[in-house]
Amino acid sequence: MSTLAHDISLEVNGERVDTRVDARTTLVDFLRDALGLTGSHVGCEHGVCGACSVRVNGTVVRGCLMLAVQCDGMRIETIEGVADTGEIADLEQAFIARNALQCGFCTPGMLLSAQELLMSMPRPGRAEIRAHLSGNYCRCTGYQSIVDAVEAVAQARAPRRSAAREDAEK
Amino acid sequence: MKVAEDTPPTLSALDRPNSYIGRSVPRPNLARLAKGRAQFVSDVTLPRMAHVAFLRSPHAHARIVGIETAAAGKSPGVIAIVTGAELTKVISPWVGVLTHLKGIKSAPQYAIAVERACWQGEAVCAVVARTRAQAEDACDLVEVHYEELPAVTDPETALDPGTRVIHPDLGDNLTFERTHAAGNPDLGFKDADAVVETTFVFGRHTGVTNEPRAIVADWNSAEARLTVYQGTQAPHMMQNLFAKHLGLAEHQVRVVTKDVGGSFGIKVHCYADEMAVVALSKLLDRPIKFVADRIESFVTDIHARDHRIKAKIGVKQDGTITAFEIDDLTGIGPYSVYPRTSGIEANQIVNLTGGPYTCPNYRARARVVFQNKNVMCQYRAVGHPIATAVTEGLVDLAAAKIGMDPLEMRRRNLIPDDAYPCSGASGIKFEALSHHACLAHLDAMMDYAGLRSEQKRLREQGIYRGIGFAAFIEVTNPSAAFYGVGGARISSQDGVTIKLDAQGAIICQTGVTEQGQGAEAVIAQVAASAFGVPLERVRVITGDTDNTPYGGGTWASRAAGIGGEAAWQAGKALRANVLACAASILQAKPESLDIRKGIIVDQAKGAERLSLDELARIAYFRPDTLPPGFQAELMATRHYVPRAWPFAFTNGIQASYLEVDVESGFVTLLKHWCVEDCGTVINPQLVDEQVRGGVVQGIGAALFEHCVYDERGQLLNGNMADYLVPMAAEMPDIEVGHVVTPTADSELGAKGAGEAGTAGAPGAVMNAINDALRPLGAKSLTEMPFTPARILDALGRI
Repeated sequence: MSTLAHDISLEVNGERVDTRVDARTTLVDFLRDALGLTGSHVGCEHGVCGACSVRVNGTVVRGCLMLAVQCDGMRIETIEGVADTGEIADLEQAFIARNALQCGFCTPGMLLSAQELLMSMPRPGRAEIRAHLSGNYCRCTGYQSIVDAVEAVAQARAPRRSAAREDAEK
Repeated sequence: MKVAEDTPPTLSALDRPNSYIGRSVPRPNLARLAKGRAQFVSDVTLPRMAHVAFLRSPHAHARIVGIETAAAGKSPGVIAIVTGAELTKVISPWVGVLTHLKGIKSAPQYAIAVERACWQGEAVCAVVARTRAQAEDACDLVEVHYEELPAVTDPETALDPGTRVIHPDLGDNLTFERTHAAGNPDLGFKDADAVVETTFVFGRHTGVTNEPRAIVADWNSAEARLTVYQGTQAPHMMQNLFAKHLGLAEHQVRVVTKDVGGSFGIKVHCYADEMAVVALSKLLDRPIKFVADRIESFVTDIHARDHRIKAKIGVKQDGTITAFEIDDLTGIGPYSVYPRTSGIEANQIVNLTGGPYTCPNYRARARVVFQNKNVMCQYRAVGHPIATAVTEGLVDLAAAKIGMDPLEMRRRNLIPDDAYPCSGASGIKFEALSHHACLAHLDAMMDYAGLRSEQKRLREQGIYRGIGFAAFIEVTNPSAAFYGVGGARISSQDGVTIKLDAQGAIICQTGVTEQGQGAEAVIAQVAASAFGVPLERVRVITGDTDNTPYGGGTWASRAAGIGGEAAWQAGKALRANVLACAASILQAKPESLDIRKGIIVDQAKGAERLSLDELARIAYFRPDTLPPGFQAELMATRHYVPRAWPFAFTNGIQASYLEVDVESGFVTLLKHWCVEDCGTVINPQLVDEQVRGGVVQGIGAALFEHCVYDERGQLLNGNMADYLVPMAAEMPDIEVGHVVTPTADSELGAKGAGEAGTAGAPGAVMNAINDALRPLGAKSLTEMPFTPARILDALGRI
């Protein structure tokens, strides 16, 4: 069965990638198989489990529901890239301290979703955290430890955030 | 953040000066998982690797008339197309029976179906290609001609004379039957003031591991060795099975298990498609990769819990339980799963029902029948959630019938904490349990009286909340009694090797495996404590049959209790060896020295005598300076298996508090509590998280999860949009409490904690729903999952 191939140029974790992909290749398969970025995981391939979550132009999307060709000209960030910049170092630490991961297969997606929430809502309550993470399936933890970790980071970031705002206002 | 306490506890006889026993230290392997730097088997690629896709039967039962592969063979990237018959030249079939399950029978199962497919999803042909996508493309071009056969899909009629026998050679569709009687059940029911009888139905469900099953098999004919990267709980068991069925010696097979994306019992079985992958690697002499997709997972990962139980309890007006009786019927699929069999869950239900209570009169029958559906086998808490829900459902119904508070009813019947050692009604032996201490702890923790008054107040406002309890027992730390005595090469013992490296750190190799539960952390904590080094100087290696002591792996909550004890003994042995070496260097008596925080010190005063780094330097690089005849032995191995008791039973009690919307039938979980006793707690945070994760899996069974089959054996909801799993928004916070009764079978005293949550949660949720609806005169809900439709039906609203 033939598939159409397309040339695409995109930015992945700050590096430019110029390549040719089959039209049918999903973003997550492209990242994992073509680029070796195996931190994004394939759990259900139909958009339910959230293990394949990556950021496209700053927005968290499901890597199994987007095709690589759709990402031509776009900026992609995977867990490897986001972890390397230190952007979520506090979240990672909180997850580790609270044992908010067991097998860890959902964790990259969970961290990206949690970061998305904390960027848009500085002090989410537990119900809001649970609601925002409800598109990320975790079979191991029962979620409470994850909610605890995200809540703790929200609290720890809050003074920093208000201090930054005050600085900006000065 | 509610991080569990990590303060060194008061020293016990077991503790060493720098003990990590009882401390909530973080697991050593989490950073790589959090940063996307882990390596799951689905991430593994090898040179020359090809991918396999399986063509699977769309019918529940069909004769394979012919397979046409010519068109598929011309598809781009195709390397080979292999049928079941062709694969039998490489791999032999197997039969999933154990000799101690008397009378259990099954038929030979092949890696790929030969002549006949017996469930929807059974592989009938393999296509190997350069990429998975190309293999799937070619699968579409393979033409299989089927002659559809009648499917056996209703366990109730599976044994009727008119029902087709799935395996004619076996004579009937009965896999296994067990009957059991204790005391005098007839007299027990005769003496009762009230007898309650009902039927419980448990929905067939599955594990839904986030990472599907994954395997890369690499047969290298140049060295006559097979290396298998596999997401498995039991590498040595798989080594044995691969060798046995490929006709190799075990030393020719190496199984490597890296990070595993969830297992819960799903990944402790022999799967036909994984056997096909190793066979294809041998046949094609190159690495072959298979990762199940989600749809394949739903139709091939083992299912569990499809049980219908008719149950009866006798009770006196003062609450005394006089008798239990159960009749269990379960339909398992067309084969008993190899090598653990599909008879164990029913067997467990017979063993465990009524287990927490003093009632001596018990009668049980369990029948396991073949079905043309996906296979069923052991999944987290095997049998426990069923036995517990049946027992606790009966206790609640009996309490309601005689007008007694359900917690009081339990208080009057639970085996007294000072009665041990003793046996349960089914003959299971208890070393020491703590039901009453757990119940008292739970009562206080949840403020039971306060909740009851809140419930009463809200009922007056038309808000229906319910409180449900489930006392439970859990089988952990299994001895050879579980599988070994039945002839399966599944090791109940496990080992730990600890060696001192050349800078004074220790490397622990163990046969228990990390599945995310924290085995590496627990082994590291115990080894560090026993030997005497800080945790930063401990590395743990698991999941490699070439590089770990022979062991059983992870199942039945054995890693901490069995692997932990082996680590404790190995740590002590290495300490003795190192102190002998230090004594020879320092010209001191070994008993006058100790190792603390990585330094050899004077036993009495704690003064530093020698660093481990320096000792290692001398022992490894200047042994010429040691006294003549002294040889330092800086590696020690110890094995452990429980001997005094066949299993270390644990116990506990859970409570669920929830609200039922009587208009929509929706259940909102408000809070959940669990008090459990797993003996010595090595890492409190890890135990709590095992309990929480387990509770949520049990809640899934109670409210959401169900593999729905139609009468032709078609799975109707084999995807994650239609098969519901617990997600964050619907789950409650779960409070966990502990009572500590160590097992005397080991020095460490640890029992397992992995199944307690799953064992009790479904029963607790069921009882809470019925408690909420009782004032409305609803029918008792006893068929899981408790969907809104079933709740509205019980209320008579639909």
